[in-house]
Amino acid sequence: MSMWEYANPKKFMGWTRPVLPWTFALAGICLVVGLIWGFFFTPDDFRQGSTVKIIYLHVPSALMAINAWIMMLVASLIWVVRRHHVSALAARAAAPVGVVFTLIALFTGGIWGQPMWGTYWAWDPRLTSFLILFLFYLGYIALWEAIEDPDTAADLTSVLCMVGSVFAILSRYAVLFWNQGLHQGASLSLDKEENISDVFWFPLLVCIAGFVLLFIALVLMRTRTEIRARRMRALEARARRA
Amino acid sequence: MPDLGAYAAEVLSAYAVSIALLVALIWMSYRRYIKVRAALEDVERNG
Repeated sequence: MSMWEYANPKKFMGWTRPVLPWTFALAGICLVVGLIWGFFFTPDDFRQGSTVKIIYLHVPSALMAINAWIMMLVASLIWVVRRHHVSALAARAAAPVGVVFTLIALFTGGIWGQPMWGTYWAWDPRLTSFLILFLFYLGYIALWEAIEDPDTAADLTSVLCMVGSVFAILSRYAVLFWNQGLHQGASLSLDKEENISDVFWFPLLVCIAGFVLLFIALVLMRTRTEIRARRMRALEARARRA
Repeated sequence: MPDLGAYAAEVLSAYAVSIALLVALIWMSYRRYIKVRAALEDVERNG
């Protein structure tokens, strides 16, 4: 069976129904364990004090804010090339999740920045590209809402998504492109020398797993909603014509 | 409760706002999920 058959709306509704509660349950377990571990059972950092505990929210949300946009880009490209409706609806479903993750990353970053940098905000390359990504999320959601014909909306939002991808990539790699700015480099690395200490690293990994699973669960649930809403509109249009 | 020292307000507000945003997102997504499912069932039943 071709993998594209899973994108058939009926098949998608079938395989996601049993998967959804398990994904939510796993996400909940990872988030509760990771956040409790990080908040209650990790020490303060010798330089940052207790503010290091913000890492368990800031890093996973920022990571998923960018990855959500990349997922939307892949889904949009599938729509443009193969015209699979489920992929366009999945991209639409992911946007509000991505915008909330971006908001959490911006808020926790500001709150963390004040005691460490002496300011909530700086026009630093990474922060600025992240803010622009947030605005692209809002524009993307607004564009879907503004256009009545779903196929036209999917086409135009796909183009917007491709343009916005520049800022998603910039916000991840801005620290490497420009040496100026307050934001430090990546907190996570496969190189043990560069990576954060294990005492922070393990609960952080659990939190990242929680955010990834929560993103998957929410996108599956919201895509199921979008498929049903689309079917409802089609049935209502058919009833009006009859 | 761990001793958060001078940064208690920053750390607690970061957790409170983030958790509130996540709960609101899950709640709103679930509410729409239930609402659209019921509306579709109604349309399918009554035509």
